[in-house]
Amino acid sequence: MDLSFIAVQLLSGLTMATLLFLVASGLTLIFGVGNVFNFAHGSFYMLGAYFAYQTVSALHTNFWAAALMAALGAGIIGMLAEFLFLRRIYGRSEEGGFQILLTYSFILVIDDLVKMIWGTEYKSLLRPAGFQGSISAGDVTMPTYNLAIIAIGLVIVVLAWLILTRTRPGRVARAAALDREMLGAMGVNVPLTMTLVFGIATALGGFAGALAAPLRSVTPGAGIEVIIDSLIVVVIGGMGHFWGAWLGALLLGEVTSFAVAIVPEWASVVGYLVMVLCLIFKPEGLFAPRQVRKA
Amino acid sequence: MEWILKLDGLEKAFGGLRVTASVSFAVKEGEISAIIGPNGAGKTTLFNQITGHLLPDKGKITFLGEDITGWRPQQIVKLGMGRAFQITSVFPEETVLENVRLACLSRRDEVLTYFRPVRRFKEATDEAFAILESLGLRQHAERPALELAHGDQKLLDIGVALGLEPKLLLLDEPTAGMSPEERHLTRDLIKRLWKEFNLTLIFIEHDMDTVFGIAQTVRVLQLGALLAEGTPDEIRSNPAVITAYLGEDLT
Amino acid sequence: MELGRGLKQTAFWLVLFAGFALVPVLSTSKYHMLLASHILLWGLFAVAFNMLWGVTGMLSFGQALYYGLGAYAVGLMVKHVGTGWFLPGVALGLIGAVILSIAVGLLIIRVSGVFFTVLTLAFGQLAWQITFRWYHFTGGDDGIQSIIPPGILGNGLVYYYFILVLVALSIWLLQRLSQSPMGVLLRCVRQNPSRVPFLGQSVRFSQLRVYVVSSFFSALAGSLMAGVDNSIHTDMLYWTTSGEVILMSVLGGIGQFFGPFIGAGVIIILQDVVGAKTQYWPLMIGIVMMVMVLLLPKGLVGEFQSLSARLKSLAAPR
Repeated sequence: MDLSFIAVQLLSGLTMATLLFLVASGLTLIFGVGNVFNFAHGSFYMLGAYFAYQTVSALHTNFWAAALMAALGAGIIGMLAEFLFLRRIYGRSEEGGFQILLTYSFILVIDDLVKMIWGTEYKSLLRPAGFQGSISAGDVTMPTYNLAIIAIGLVIVVLAWLILTRTRPGRVARAAALDREMLGAMGVNVPLTMTLVFGIATALGGFAGALAAPLRSVTPGAGIEVIIDSLIVVVIGGMGHFWGAWLGALLLGEVTSFAVAIVPEWASVVGYLVMVLCLIFKPEGLFAPRQVRKA
Repeated sequence: MEWILKLDGLEKAFGGLRVTASVSFAVKEGEISAIIGPNGAGKTTLFNQITGHLLPDKGKITFLGEDITGWRPQQIVKLGMGRAFQITSVFPEETVLENVRLACLSRRDEVLTYFRPVRRFKEATDEAFAILESLGLRQHAERPALELAHGDQKLLDIGVALGLEPKLLLLDEPTAGMSPEERHLTRDLIKRLWKEFNLTLIFIEHDMDTVFGIAQTVRVLQLGALLAEGTPDEIRSNPAVITAYLGEDLT
Repeated sequence: MELGRGLKQTAFWLVLFAGFALVPVLSTSKYHMLLASHILLWGLFAVAFNMLWGVTGMLSFGQALYYGLGAYAVGLMVKHVGTGWFLPGVALGLIGAVILSIAVGLLIIRVSGVFFTVLTLAFGQLAWQITFRWYHFTGGDDGIQSIIPPGILGNGLVYYYFILVLVALSIWLLQRLSQSPMGVLLRCVRQNPSRVPFLGQSVRFSQLRVYVVSSFFSALAGSLMAGVDNSIHTDMLYWTTSGEVILMSVLGGIGQFFGPFIGAGVIIILQDVVGAKTQYWPLMIGIVMMVMVLLLPKGLVGEFQSLSARLKSLAAPR
């Protein structure tokens, strides 16, 4: 195990972490602000991949435009899903449970609709022009596209931080995470906030799906794997804790990356083990504030 | 033992806010007493510490000779402390009878049975009916708790607490939200229950008629600290208390 | 009044039992017996699941873990030890389910609500991953075939009645549990968990107990299913299996004890009639689930009961 090996794994772990973060941050955003666990979040990731594919093959646009279209498309569908369906069950006494069931039914519907429209064969999406090669520094060789993903991820993280801390909508979102009712009493349009948050979160997920498409093929099953991974990230980082999602993604991405290189058969199980360890020692998430629980 | 509950130097702060400031007092067995104080004085927070729902930062709570500081609520309940809540907290889908019966079963350690239908537990059922009778809720026995009027739900809340045969019962604003007539009836009921069930009673109240009507001892909290302690007459004429309640009718 | 209700329920169960007992008599088709077996075992699985969800308010998206454990305990015994080891396999599955549910329960019952659900899903998937990848031991995606119950149970008819008796007994036990003081406590844990400590009881211990009980019967369902289909597959551990049992409960009605059983029956029959003819069965289930959640939250049985109660009050003399 030499330095270049470690460097390569670190970087590919970072790529994985970026994609994970984009998806998991949306998941944790929806939960933090709206107290909804969007089980179908992986399906929006998958939709993003398909939208990007469709945009490129039908409209022959460049990759980046397609990725943005994917984000937009996923965001719009997310907002529709929230507005038309999810909204009807806010405030029901069994709220948490039925929300999960409703978002679970979204998965079934979206996944089958995707199969209906695009069929079940694997589709492929080429990497964007200019990013199809790799660059080397010494013994370390990385595909440029992977590095581009990392860069994009960093930009989004910084943007997110700025928005959440410096702008009013960002502060509203953070306040909503703490006390939704209070926010309504202060005159903020809570339902609109919820719909917008849902849209932004699903757009992030769709964008991630588009970005990931050239790396893995575009398939109907993609959504389900992603939701489990996002789940692990969010458990590690703490549900509703935005920065926890970033750190959790980093941890999972790096651990998995090294695991893939060392014990490829069991790489996916390693992620679960990390999660179980976190559960044993800090069930509310490694980075969530310590909860004072009594009895 | 003269006293049944003793607080020693209880302290609690949330962030920088001191909600319980070195509170100490002793409650005599069989006493019926009230805790009063302006809003935000920390009365409910004090209750929460006594019942184990909140851990005090400093100080000691002794109940029936045991140091219960840090005990879990269910352990304190089993020892003999009961509580009725400010916002009624019953089991809405269960019948009125079932609500109280479950408490009786718990006291009799009969809850952890898996195979006998609950209606076959005769003693617990009889006890529950007796309690409902005392509270005037007998006729509602088979109705789901959520169908009860607000005042009756409050009574049911007390009934559930009584099912546990507590030696000390804490009532959190028992007459809140009631009409003057209902308050009068509740006052008489509390006094009757106190004698009938041999209780030591502490209640938090804002309604001064109730306080001065039935309490033997009155304790005043202000900003988390015990301001004064004494008989109703002593408290009524205490200048510090009057100042604290400026503008409120104490007679 | 309680007696009347009890009598009605007993009558209902007897009719149901008789109905299932008569299936091999009324129809010579092995296929109908197979269908009935599936309804019985999924029905048990769903009723056991609902002890967690409808009764105690714990939505577990990972009961497939125990269902699959039961199935694989039998399958692995038969595969690695010998074809006669079917019943010890069942016993092993049950013991394993108890031990595992205690371990997992202690770990995850510390959190509640959505967190709990998410964690049950994760553990279920972990079990699936391990079973899927451990090809040499479990056969992975190939599953395990030729699981034949030993001796006289190898006869399809005998095995059918064997299942019927076990399922009836299990459901009877679960019903007794829901009517016992423990059952009342579990319902109260769902309705008002913060009041429960003030009754002198522990919310967490109650939840752990029902989790173990539910998992035990889920494993039993899985074990017996191995003998019905004579094969098992990793799909039994996949999260969609957990989803199916939830769907059955929601469809039938989580607020009634026998709701999930009815739901299981409806889904299995529908799946047989409709599902076989279309490849978009998940789409249909998804839509059914959406309809149930949005419009008929009490489930078929619950909504039917509400409807009949309303009709009765309309017909009653004023």
